[in-house]
Amino acid sequence: MKLTLNGKSKEIMDSSTLAAVVRDHCQNPEHVVAELNGSIIGRALWENTVLKENDRLELVSFVGGG
Amino acid sequence: MMTVQNDNLIIAGKTFTSRFLLGTGKFSSKTALAESIAASNSEIVTVALRRIDIDRHEENIIQYIPKNVTLLVNTSGARNAKEALRIAHLARESGCGNWIKVEVINDSKYLLPDNAETVKATELLVKEGFIVLPYMSPDLYIARELVAAGAATIMPLGSPIGSNKGLKTKELIQILINEIDIPIIVDAGLGAPSQAAEAMEMGADAVLVNTAVATAGKPQLIAQAFAEAVKAGRLAYLSGLPLEKISAEASSPLTGFLYE
Amino acid sequence: MHFDLANIQDILSNQDPRLTERLAQEAARITRQYFGRAISLYAPLYISNYCSCFCTYCGFNNHNHIPRLKLTADQIEQEMQKIAQSGIENILILTGESYQMTPLSYLKETVLISKKYFSSTALEIHPLEEEEYRELYLAGADSVTLYQETYNRSRYAEVHLAGKKKDYDFRYQAPERIARAGFRQISLGILLGISDLAEDLFALFSHLRHMEQTFPGVEYSLSFPRLRQIKGKDLSLSRIDDISFIKTICLARISFPRIGINLSTRESPTLRDHAIELGVTRISAGSNTSVGGYSTADPERQNPQFDIADSRSVPEMLRMLKDRRFDPVLTDWRRIDNT
Repeated sequence: MKLTLNGKSKEIMDSSTLAAVVRDHCQNPEHVVAELNGSIIGRALWENTVLKENDRLELVSFVGGG
Repeated sequence: MMTVQNDNLIIAGKTFTSRFLLGTGKFSSKTALAESIAASNSEIVTVALRRIDIDRHEENIIQYIPKNVTLLVNTSGARNAKEALRIAHLARESGCGNWIKVEVINDSKYLLPDNAETVKATELLVKEGFIVLPYMSPDLYIARELVAAGAATIMPLGSPIGSNKGLKTKELIQILINEIDIPIIVDAGLGAPSQAAEAMEMGADAVLVNTAVATAGKPQLIAQAFAEAVKAGRLAYLSGLPLEKISAEASSPLTGFLYE
Repeated sequence: MHFDLANIQDILSNQDPRLTERLAQEAARITRQYFGRAISLYAPLYISNYCSCFCTYCGFNNHNHIPRLKLTADQIEQEMQKIAQSGIENILILTGESYQMTPLSYLKETVLISKKYFSSTALEIHPLEEEEYRELYLAGADSVTLYQETYNRSRYAEVHLAGKKKDYDFRYQAPERIARAGFRQISLGILLGISDLAEDLFALFSHLRHMEQTFPGVEYSLSFPRLRQIKGKDLSLSRIDDISFIKTICLARISFPRIGINLSTRESPTLRDHAIELGVTRISAGSNTSVGGYSTADPERQNPQFDIADSRSVPEMLRMLKDRRFDPVLTDWRRIDNT
């Protein structure tokens, strides 16, 4: 199924969990923050959050900045 | 050599011995960053929040920042208070503390902060329990509003971000130092250790430097230089006798009548 | 430039005349920069010497057996006419500290009369509640003068033996009430000769800093009345010499470049004429410090709050100022209604 990940269209397996998507795309999941359709999803809920078609997912983490 | 006892920087109840804050942007490598933090003994470091690059698996910058260093997440990218709040919420979710540097910039030419939106964001974030360190253009009225809103410090710019022009806003910063009771951290535009020393001699409580260190030929070396300049400037400020600054001008005597 | 207590103590105890001169030069430079050569003139008007307090240093204290007077509205108007005729536009209305004899209604009535004759009405009266100050402000008063006398609590208790004035905190907090009531000008001060000068000066500066930070829109001024003789009797408790007095003015000017510094006729002509070179920006002229004194010709019948050392008339003061290339200012604003 298709969804938007960090602004890009991505094809992922149906019924993927948020946790799975994070594992597949992030080297250091421990510092990643997830925002699904505008709401922050707490880490504890990732395993139980099933993604749907056309979801907008943002995965952010720290980078250098002033 | 004398050391001054108990001249610690206190922000939101937390004590720091270093008055040199380091920004982590624009470093050529993460190792260079780690070395600069170590060389300067900086205890507060700023970071930003961005979308992770999902196509490249990069190491997280956090791994290069010592655990005992306080992370100050900035809201860079926010063009208004609402966006600043969104970033702050994401930052808090990361579990790295609740210190936020409010940076609201809607100006891509000079990167000057929007003072009004900064005040709004500060008010809202303080209410939500964040420790807020707002970045602003030096303005006494805005500074007072930020204090009233509950900001933990004020961070006035010395000159535009990345310009390395030094303390172009010196007089206005001096007014803030004179009139505002919470810590003043001069941020942005400091291009040389001498400028950092100058800010500290004026009575600033701390400085934050990023570009001048990150883009230097030898970041580690200049980070150390900045840290030492901050210490020197601070000592100079603490030792200052106002009397020495009074200049005697040749002019007709005014107090002869007292001694006749 | 802010001096801490140690700096002030050093400066006051330092005997070197060159230090005095350096302070004066700096104070003069700053005063010229921020004020030019403008000197404002005002006149005091005592409307009542009733007092419920016993302050050991004051001629009006309630243990002192002097004839007590309180001017009627007509008499006040008469005094004001006389003062206005001399050209004075800024009046300072003074009373002893008696809440009973000079209640709010009396003060308000006085302010309403004053508006007819003067551009600016200042009050030096007993400390009031915020609402009372607000009534006076809305009636047309522009400025309040209130001296803490001394900031040393134990000394304060020693010299203020009876009456509401014993309440140190009520007095200390009054400037904040005055500012909240809307007044745009507030004058603070200490009485020189009651207590340790360095400590009181430092405390006064701290009080002023606090007021400046809390109420930045208010214009502040400072006064340094020196305890003097009253009808020949010396009521001061310690001597503050002329050198210390001049240093005090210089320190105030250097610490606060923009504030007004007042000098009354307690001081001699020589001292006053020099003091305006190095920091003083407001002086009284043609003064009389007895109740009803402007209309009463006979000096024997007068009971002043302090003896006047400089008895020059308004025209004489104007002439002196012009001779010394000062710019005498009788008024620098026009009345609008306070809201």
